[in-house]
Amino acid sequence: MNSVVNDLEKRAKEIRLNIVKMIGPGKTGHFGGSCSAADIVTALYFWKMRHDPKNPKWSERDRLILSKGHAAIVQYAALAMCGYFPEEELYGLKKLGSMLQGHPDLRKIAGIEANTGSLGQGLSISCGIAAGAKIDGMGYKVYCIVGDGELAEGQIWEAAMAAAHYRLDNLTGIIDCNKLQATGAIKERFDTFPMKEKWEAFGWNTIEIDGHDMEQIMDGLSCADKVKGKPTMIIAHTVKGKGIEIAENNAAFHNGMLTKEQYELACGALMD
Amino acid sequence: MRMQNQRQVYGQELVELGRENERIVVLEADLGKSTMSCMFQQEFPERYFEMGIAEANMVSFAAGLSLTGKIAFVNSFAVFAAGRPYDQIRQGVCIGRLNVKIIGSSAGLSDFGDGATHQAVEDIAIMRAIPNLTVIAPCDGVEAKKAIRAVAELDGPAYVRISRNDMQDIFPEEQDFEIGKPYVVKEGRDVAVFAAGVMVSMALKAAEQLEAEGISVRVVNVSTLKPFNDKAVVELSRGMKGVVTAEEHSYIGGLASAAAYALRGSSIPMEAVAINDVFGQSAHSADELMIHYGLTDKDIVNKIKSILK
Repeated sequence: MNSVVNDLEKRAKEIRLNIVKMIGPGKTGHFGGSCSAADIVTALYFWKMRHDPKNPKWSERDRLILSKGHAAIVQYAALAMCGYFPEEELYGLKKLGSMLQGHPDLRKIAGIEANTGSLGQGLSISCGIAAGAKIDGMGYKVYCIVGDGELAEGQIWEAAMAAAHYRLDNLTGIIDCNKLQATGAIKERFDTFPMKEKWEAFGWNTIEIDGHDMEQIMDGLSCADKVKGKPTMIIAHTVKGKGIEIAENNAAFHNGMLTKEQYELACGALMD
Repeated sequence: MRMQNQRQVYGQELVELGRENERIVVLEADLGKSTMSCMFQQEFPERYFEMGIAEANMVSFAAGLSLTGKIAFVNSFAVFAAGRPYDQIRQGVCIGRLNVKIIGSSAGLSDFGDGATHQAVEDIAIMRAIPNLTVIAPCDGVEAKKAIRAVAELDGPAYVRISRNDMQDIFPEEQDFEIGKPYVVKEGRDVAVFAAGVMVSMALKAAEQLEAEGISVRVVNVSTLKPFNDKAVVELSRGMKGVVTAEEHSYIGGLASAAAYALRGSSIPMEAVAINDVFGQSAHSADELMIHYGLTDKDIVNKIKSILK
């Protein structure tokens, strides 16, 4: 178990390093929300989900939908590490004609399951996929990462009701609860708390974890598998910008820029 | 002349498609007894999703279903189907070219009693502006049935406009329907009328009246508003003294806009029968509204005459 955890932690660190490198110095990118979700994304792709980078459309694969599509780079870094596409592609991020768009595009990248970026829609799309799996009698699981700021979108709550109504127990949501939205603290800007109570009132099973503690992430994902008849929402408490010291808990790095000096520092710390 | 209701025809055809293809799924936002998606529910409850009165979630949910290989038909009134989930259609469905079919029921002024809130006078404009989306406004029950089958077979997103009221049969039963193809309903030499939806029958009536006055009118049913067949519209306008468009929709962004763009390189005189840039309102009948907003055979006659003057 420990070696598995160690391996995942090592991968998460490398994914964070790739996040920093693919944005590069002097360029803006969504460091904050990508780094807060890095450990969760790592656990999903490298431990929990059944998927095959050689056969991205494998019908029995588990699906991950990144509803907070602005954190695309964490998913790009993970997909490249899995082998969905060569790591060199990461450096084409947002270049004209690049497959790596600012937000995930399912027609351009193998391993991307939906077009997300307009917040609030990914959970509904995930519900539809989960419902499709039920019609087909397929056993795959659908994972959806949503932002805590994203919970302000009304559609999230439409999806919440739909998932409970259709008893989508093959759907697990994960809130990347980093407490910051683009313009500041969620508690001050637009309070989406309390979360556990809201999701339970909407008919979901809830699990609360530290979203940077690999063992807790793994436990949470395992527990979700055991719940029948209702969907599960994992509320993962995270730190925005986790792993890049200057970006940690700093809303300016929701979509921020590292100077050359800060870039070197961040890379150095992540290469340790 | 047989009258048919597009909603009824749609509901029946959806059931037929459901029998032939188990990938067909249907979503509804609590208007199933009006859109007639209820017919599908009765036959295939396991492939029918009542989504509650939540159109945004319905469209994205349909996107998800399509990602598992389903052909998802999304139902509501046109105002709600095209208006409320515009962003969901754009972002989650059309960028990825997903197999989601948006059916806008009670379109145009056809929901006469419910007033401005329920009358879609700009749905075609909104839908046409979205890349990758096919937009169709069938002229009668026969064409509605064929168009529904055609969009089910189309690999990609589509918007189909359905009227609430009975419509006179025009489209020949034996005629194949092809997306993107305008149909000449009546030949003529002087003026071409390009019409969509219920206005095709109005154009035919106008043409008959003018025939008696020695004016020969070609009537073209342009049911596919996107992809718009610029080339065919140019061809069918050639040699004419003028062109008139006729639609139960705002002149902004619908057939008038599309035809004007297609004919931008030509100097042919053009007029439009369409709703001005205004909302609808309640009335006791659809006919009253059509008269009030200038959408009758007489309005088409007048526009044709104004061109020939």
